Amino acid sequence: MSETILRVTNLQKRFGDLHVLRGIDFAVEPGERIAIIGGSGSGKSTLLRCLNFMESPTSGTIELDGKTLGRPVRGNPDDRLYPEGELCAVRERVGMVFQQFNLFPHMTVLENVMEGLVTVKKMKKQEARECALKELQKVGLADKVDAYPGRLSGGQQQRVAIARALAMMPEILLFDEPTSSLDPELVGEVLRVIRALADEGRTMLLVTHELGFAYHYATKVIFLADGVFHEVGTPDEVLKHPKQERTRAFLSRFTEFSF
Amino acid sequence: MNYHFDFALILQSLPVLLRGLLVTIQLWVPSIAAGLALGLLLALCRLSKTPFIRVPSLLYIELFRDTPVLIQLIWFFYAFPIIVGVQLSPFIAALLGLSLNTSAYSAEIFRGGIQSIAAGQWEGAKALGMRPTAVLRRVILPQVFKRMLPAFTNRAIEVAKMSSLASVLSVHELMYQGRLLSSTYYRPLEILTTVALIYFLMIYPGSYLSMKLERRMASNS
Repeated sequence: MSETILRVTNLQKRFGDLHVLRGIDFAVEPGERIAIIGGSGSGKSTLLRCLNFMESPTSGTIELDGKTLGRPVRGNPDDRLYPEGELCAVRERVGMVFQQFNLFPHMTVLENVMEGLVTVKKMKKQEARECALKELQKVGLADKVDAYPGRLSGGQQQRVAIARALAMMPEILLFDEPTSSLDPELVGEVLRVIRALADEGRTMLLVTHELGFAYHYATKVIFLADGVFHEVGTPDEVLKHPKQERTRAFLSRFTEFSF
Repeated sequence: MNYHFDFALILQSLPVLLRGLLVTIQLWVPSIAAGLALGLLLALCRLSKTPFIRVPSLLYIELFRDTPVLIQLIWFFYAFPIIVGVQLSPFIAALLGLSLNTSAYSAEIFRGGIQSIAAGQWEGAKALGMRPTAVLRRVILPQVFKRMLPAFTNRAIEVAKMSSLASVLSVHELMYQGRLLSSTYYRPLEILTTVALIYFLMIYPGSYLSMKLERRMASNS
C-alpha cells in the first residue's frame, strides 16, 4: 500500500479579480509521475507554483506527508498563514525546475549546484562539491563544471537546473514547462534526463506541452481548463481516448499539423 | 604672459598638502563605507511592503538628495548641536554630513539594482529552500554590486570631490590647506593647480581599477 505524499484540497488561487484556480483536489502517491496539460492561461503553472509556495494559495489546504501546511488565520478559517521557515522546509522537499532555468549567472555550474547544499543543507564545501559533481555527471555535464551559465546552451542550462534541484534530494520534483523555452533540437537532451529520473521511480509533476513524452512516461495525465480538472486518467485514457469534448478540442490542436 | 612658475614653492608646500590629502582620505573612505552600509539598509526599507518602514526611508532619501550638500555639512556643524546639545568637531560634522548624503544616493543605486534583478533569481533561490536573507546575500546582492559598479564608482568619485566642501567648516583637508597656502603665498596658480592634480591622482586609480574590474566581471558572464 502506498502512502500519499502530497494532498491538495479545494485549492483556489485568485490574482485580484482573476480566479485562476477554482477548487483543485488531488493526491500524489510515491513514484507517481503526473503530467499536467492544458491551454495557456488554464492555471497549470499556477497550480504547480502553489505546491512549493512560489505562489501563496488564496484558500484550500496542502498536506505534505499527512501534515497540513500553514496555520489558519483567526477569524477567517479559509485563509492560512504560511511562516517563512515552514515554506523553506517544504521547498527543500519539493524541488522545482523552471521554464527559464533561473540559474545564478554569477556562479559557475558547480557553484550553482553546490549553493543549496552549502547554504540550506549546511554541508561542508568538500562534501557539497562531491555531491554536486555526482549530480552533474548524471545529467552529462561533468565537463562543464567551471563554466558560467551564460556560456551554455539552453538545454545545458536546463540540465544544470535539474542537477541543482536533484542535489537537494527532494521527495517530489516539479517541472514547470522545462522544455518550452528551448530550441526544438535541444528539447531531446532535457527530456532524456527527465526520463532517466522517471526510470529511477522519482515522484514528479510535470507541466508540459510535450504530449508524446507525457504519453510514454507519465503515470497519470491531468487536463486542466479554466482552473479546474477537466479530465484525469491514465495517459491512454486522457490522450488517446478523451471523454470530454474540451479535451478532444485541445488535443486536436496538437495534431493539426502532424504528418 | 611672462609668469614665473615657482616649482620650489610647490615642493615646499607639498608636506602640508599631503597632510591635507590624508584628512581628505579620512573623510572620503569612511563616508563611502558608512554610506554604502546605511544605503543598503535604507534601500531594503524603501522596498519594504510595510508603509511604516517604507515611507520614513523614502523621506530620508529625498531629504538628502534634494538639498545641497553644502547646507547639510553646515547644518550638521551649526544646527545639529543645538538639537542634541553636543558640539561636534568640524571633522565629525563633515563626516556625518558626507556619510548620510552618500547613504541616500547609494540607497537609490541599491534599490535600482535590486529591482533590476529578474524575479526568477529570487524564485530559483527560494525553490532551493533558501531564506530571504540568504537569497539576498548569496544571489541578489552579488549581482547588484556587479551591475551597479559603474554607479557606485561615480558616487565614490562624487564623494571624493564633495569632501572639499568640508573646508568651509575649517576641516584641515586638502582644499582647506590649498586655499590657506595660496592666500599665504599669493601663488594660486601653483598651489591650486597642485591641489587639483592631487585630487586627480587620488581619484583616478580607483576609477581605473573599477573599469578594469567591470571588464573582468563582464568577461565572466
